[in-house]
Order: sequence, then structure tokens, then C-alpha cells
Amino acid sequence: MKITVGMGSCGIAAGANKIYSRLEKEIKDRSLNIKLAKVGCIGLCKYEPIVEVYENSNITSYVNVSEDDIPLIIENHLSNNILIEKAIKAKNNNIRNDYFLKNQVRIALSHCGDINPEDINEYVELGGYQALEESIKLKPETIINEIKNSGLRGRGGAGFLTGLKWESAYKVASDIKYVCCNADEGDPGAFMDRAVLEGNPHAIIEAMAIAGYTIGASTGFIYVRSEYPLAVERLKIAIKQAKEKKYIGDNILDSNFSFNVELRLGAGAFVCGEETALIASIEGKRGEPSKKPPFPTTSGIFDKPTLINNVETLANIPQIILNGSDWFNTIGTEKSKGTKVFALGGKINTTGLIEIPIGTPLQKIIEIGGGVLNNKDFKAAQTGGPSGGCIPKELIDIPMDYENLNAIGSMMGSGGLIIMDEDTCMVDIAKFFLAFTVDESCGKCSPCRIGTTRMYEILDRITKGQGEIKDLDELENLATYIKESSLCGLGQSAPNPVLSTLRYFKDEYIEHIENKNCKSNTCNFLTTYIINDEKCIKCGLCYNNCPKNAINKVNDHYEIDQDKCIKCGLCFKNCKFKAINKL
Amino acid sequence: MKDIDKINKILDNYPKDQSSLIPILHEIEDLYNFLPVDVLNYISEKLDISLEYIYSVATFYNSFKLYEKGKYEISVCLGTVCYVKGSENILKEITKILNIKNGEITEDKKFSLDTTRCLGCCSMAPVLKINDDIYGSVKIEDVKSILEKYE
Repeated sequence: MKITVGMGSCGIAAGANKIYSRLEKEIKDRSLNIKLAKVGCIGLCKYEPIVEVYENSNITSYVNVSEDDIPLIIENHLSNNILIEKAIKAKNNNIRNDYFLKNQVRIALSHCGDINPEDINEYVELGGYQALEESIKLKPETIINEIKNSGLRGRGGAGFLTGLKWESAYKVASDIKYVCCNADEGDPGAFMDRAVLEGNPHAIIEAMAIAGYTIGASTGFIYVRSEYPLAVERLKIAIKQAKEKKYIGDNILDSNFSFNVELRLGAGAFVCGEETALIASIEGKRGEPSKKPPFPTTSGIFDKPTLINNVETLANIPQIILNGSDWFNTIGTEKSKGTKVFALGGKINTTGLIEIPIGTPLQKIIEIGGGVLNNKDFKAAQTGGPSGGCIPKELIDIPMDYENLNAIGSMMGSGGLIIMDEDTCMVDIAKFFLAFTVDESCGKCSPCRIGTTRMYEILDRITKGQGEIKDLDELENLATYIKESSLCGLGQSAPNPVLSTLRYFKDEYIEHIENKNCKSNTCNFLTTYIINDEKCIKCGLCYNNCPKNAINKVNDHYEIDQDKCIKCGLCFKNCKFKAINKL
Repeated sequence: MKDIDKINKILDNYPKDQSSLIPILHEIEDLYNFLPVDVLNYISEKLDISLEYIYSVATFYNSFKLYEKGKYEISVCLGTVCYVKGSENILKEITKILNIKNGEITEDKKFSLDTTRCLGCCSMAPVLKINDDIYGSVKIEDVKSILEKYE
């Protein structure tokens, strides 16, 4: 019997560490012959902490486990009497039969949540490093053709054909070349790369070694953001184990090929996900982007040809080598092959990672995610984070692929997919993303540094009821200038959230400007607080707590002086009887 | 300068060139929780990189701080999902309880408050981090009891 505990960052946040220690103790105290293992994130975060019991060929999954459940779980299995109550109610009580997971096609996320990422043997047993073994017997050109034929495109956002990138790095003559894995997953709301790094780090190392062999590089860098300490830890362990087993290092698998992998930590700068900024950061400089061309495949890290691929892109490589490009080619759409992992979050019932063939309609994704939270109305979905845009309700049946999303002013991006309901204010969301880019702009070029700040100021005015209709034209003008003249992808895409909300939700902007009204009651300055006399019990709590003395006692009841009110919302928050209404 | 042995040990692990600067700053940050100026001066001498250059790099990245942090470092996630789920109100609540703003430290140096742009635990939004402990699905009314754990 084997028991596994899901120990990705989200599992740990839900208390998986305590669950693991308790299991360890129970097994020891009872002197049981049970193997206990940590596994990565299966991507069903709503159910964390997840404990799974492997018995013969049966898997029983226990979800939302608390410490007190542990003795029960063990006892029930020892007496062959499976405790159904906590186990997920599905066929075989296996979480993989849950609607959310059953409807996915897992390639990049394969093995995540199934294997112990800290034990290389578990990866090898499932065919791990076989793709590397096969590759080093092939000619580099054969591998490049295989990747080209697969149709795989970069999953970091831009969607450039991976095979072409490999080919150009291969063709540049240089005695020193580098492979670099971009694991600086900065898009807020995207966490698929973290899941792969934490759940199946060897897939990335294997893919990097294959890339190194193909283009003729002997050093690989993994640039991982420092906000992911668990991913860093697991990568360190994985690199050490892979070296011991001779999958990386000198004379890999007794061949002439040598390849070493080094870790480089990011330091909390969003712009470093942009490849030229990433290169600067690895060289020990400020992470400022530089002009392209030259492209990194010609002149990258320390001016040497450098192949940079994103984590999810690399995770596909071993699978393509093992199963053949023709297999990969059958999944997805004509121009976008394979699958894409989306991090489904926001106002949706089942939050987590969802990997589906590219081209799956948004509606289907929402359906797999169990629909909008609390049965509210779907308003829009945001893709591509601060560089992307929104998909409104009328386009809910759009197939999610690179071309379609670009055409409607959104983008695939790295895969953050945030569902928003009727309570979300789109002007506020646009302002939020712009605040992000203003914060994260490196300041090197003025269109991005100054332009985004000016746009933010306009949006700030609008959300405070001080906007004018001509501001909307000004926003579009500024957006065009910034897009055309910024140095790197961050600036060039910074106006997208504003442009896309203006395109689909212009009426909301106008409502803010002309009627000084925020329908979703998000923009504080536009909210009017009123006391509901029917519910008010005259306790005086609001009166006593108002920092501006804007609440007056008139005759027997309380009234809010709208001229004095600064919309801080303290009265609303303090009222125990829901007697303050927001209008 | 105290801890000079520890600093020398860190420096010994890296080649003495510019590309080692960021990894070294990470280790100094881990050691002190911020980058003390006398340590930076020492590194500048040892690596033969000007203090101005080190300053320009250190101020570029959010992970490096030139001022002291609290014994407990609170970090409120303001990533998109957390924001949509109301993490700004969590931040306000902490500000109210501890009477410090984003980027400040309490007088007794116990707590410091910062914001971060996504810890990747989006499915548990809103998320709050205190040192290495991550709290998910935080409600405003939970904030007080969470902070009390660190009294």
C-alpha cells in the first residue's frame, strides 16, 4: 500500500505539511508497512489537501483532508472498508475520474500529482529520460524536423514556432551556446509553470538536455522566479539526482555529449520574463530589455547564441520525442497544435489547472470548471494577464487559439484565465492592470515609463468620477503611441487591457463618466452609502465610527451627509444589521 | 562588521565576476533580511564592482531591500485573482490593525508589510504570506487572529 500527499505550494498552503507529518507519525506508531510519498500538484486546488491511497491497482482519493481524518483513513483501509464519505464520489473513488480532470488532455502536466518529484526513479519508471536516450542517438537535424513537424509553438505567450527557434540556434556557428529555460512566470494569475517545476521537474531537465544536444550547447540555465521557493528546492534536488544518474553532466549516458544545468534565481521583476531582460539579469545586470534584433538565438547570454524556451513548451518536448510528432500533430487546430494549460481562477466554482486541446471553446472550459461561482452571470474572462485582454460574454463560444484570441484583441499569453462575473467593474480591472505595468515598467524607454503613467492617471480620474468623454479618445491615442514605440513586449502590450475593455465595455466607461456611477459598486468614490431605516436599530455604531463625522442624528434616525462622506465604507463594514445600502 | 566569516563563505562559492552579483545579493538578503550598506561596500571591494553599480542592481529588483524588515514579514498578494477576490481589503485591514502602510515596519520591528504580485496560489485567493507560511482564502475577519499567532 502506498499513500501520497499532494504537496505543491497550494497543497502546502492548505495544510499538507501537517497532514504529511501526521501520516508519518501514524504509520510509525502503528509500525505499518505503508510507503508514504510526496507528490506534486494535480491541479485541482479546490480539493487541497489531497491524500491518495494506492492499493493494488485501486486509487482512493480523499479531499479537503484534515489532520483528524488521518487515523480514520488508515483504519478504514486496513479493515478493507473504504470510507466513502470523504472520498470523492466518483467511479473507483479516484479523483482522476472527477469531471474536472477527466475532461482534460494532459501532456505538459503529465505525471504532475502522480509521481514524487523528489525521486528520480519514479520519473524513470514511467519512461522518463527515454526521450533523451533516444535523442542522443539521432542527428540534430532529425530532432529539429520532428519538433518542426509537431507544430509546437512557444507557450510563453508569443506563440513562435519552437522548431524554427531550435533550427536558428542550431544553424548559428559558435563554440559556446546556451540553452535557457524561462521559468520567470510573472503573469499574475498563471501558475502552470510552477505546477510543472514542483510536480515534474525532471521533464524540464530532460527537455533542456535534448535541446542542448540538438543545438550544440553544453550549458543550460533555468531562470526561476524567487517567489517560488518550493520549485527552486525541487529543481535543486532534481539536478543533483539527474547528475548522479548521468542524465546530465559529463559524457551523458556514456556518449560524447556533455551538458550541465545551472539555476539562476529571479529577484522579483516582472520585466525579466521578457527574454532580453532575462539575459541581462543572468549576466548580473539590471533586468532591462534591449533592442531586437539581434535575437537571442544569434546573440544571447554573454553574447553567445542562446535558445530560450518557456517551461510549458519544454514540458511537451519529451512527450513529442517519445510519441512522435504525428501524434502531437493530431491534437489542436490547424495552426495551433497540441494542448494549452490554463490556470483557471477568479469567480469560478472549480479553480485549478486545466490542460485541453488548443481550440477548445471558452464556454467548454467554463463548463469543465463547474460554471460561474454562486450561479452569477458570466461577464468576461481575462487572458494573457497585464499584456492581454478580455473575452466578453458574446464571444464565449470562441475557440481558444493564438489567432482567434489575437483577432479579438486578447491573447493566449502564458495561460492565466480569470473569470469575472457581474460584480466586477471592467474600468477598475483595466486600472488594476495598468497599475501593475506602471509598477513593473523598468523605466528604460519613455513611452512605457511615462505613457502608462499618463494612462493610469486618466483611468484613476474616471473611477473617481472626474473623467470627461474626451478622455476616452486620449486613452486610445496614448495606447497607440505606447504600442508602436515601446522597446519591449511589456510596453508594447501594456495598453491591451485598456483597449480591450474599451472595445467591449465602452458603456461602462461612459457610465462612470457621465452618470458618475459604477454599476458593480466597485469604484468606492462613485458609491453612495444610504442608511436603510427599516433595518436600522439605531445602535449608533456607524455614527461613532465615521472618521469624517458625516453621519448626523436627525430626530430619531441617522442620516449620511453626502457632501461630507468620503466613501471610506467604514459604516458599511461596521454595521451588524446590514442597514447600510450601497448605491 | 559581524558575520564576516559567513559573508566570505558566501563569496567563496561564486566566481568573482558580475554574473555572480545577483546570486550573492540573494544570499546576503537571506542572511540579514535586507542589504546592509557596509556589507555591500565589502562586496564591492571583493568583486571589484562599484558600489553605485551594486546599488543600481539592488534597487531594480523587488526582492532586494535596503532597509530592515520586521521579524515577521507580511506579504499580501495583489495578483489579479487575489485582487478580484478582494485582497486590497485584506491589505487595508492589516494597515488598520498594525498601523503601518505598505513598505513600512512597526515600531517594535515585529512586523513589516509588503505587497507581492502573485505567489502562484491563485486558486486559494486571496492569499497572504507571513515569512514562509502561506494563508489561503483569507477573510477580513480572519486577519486579526492570523496576526495574533505571531504575537
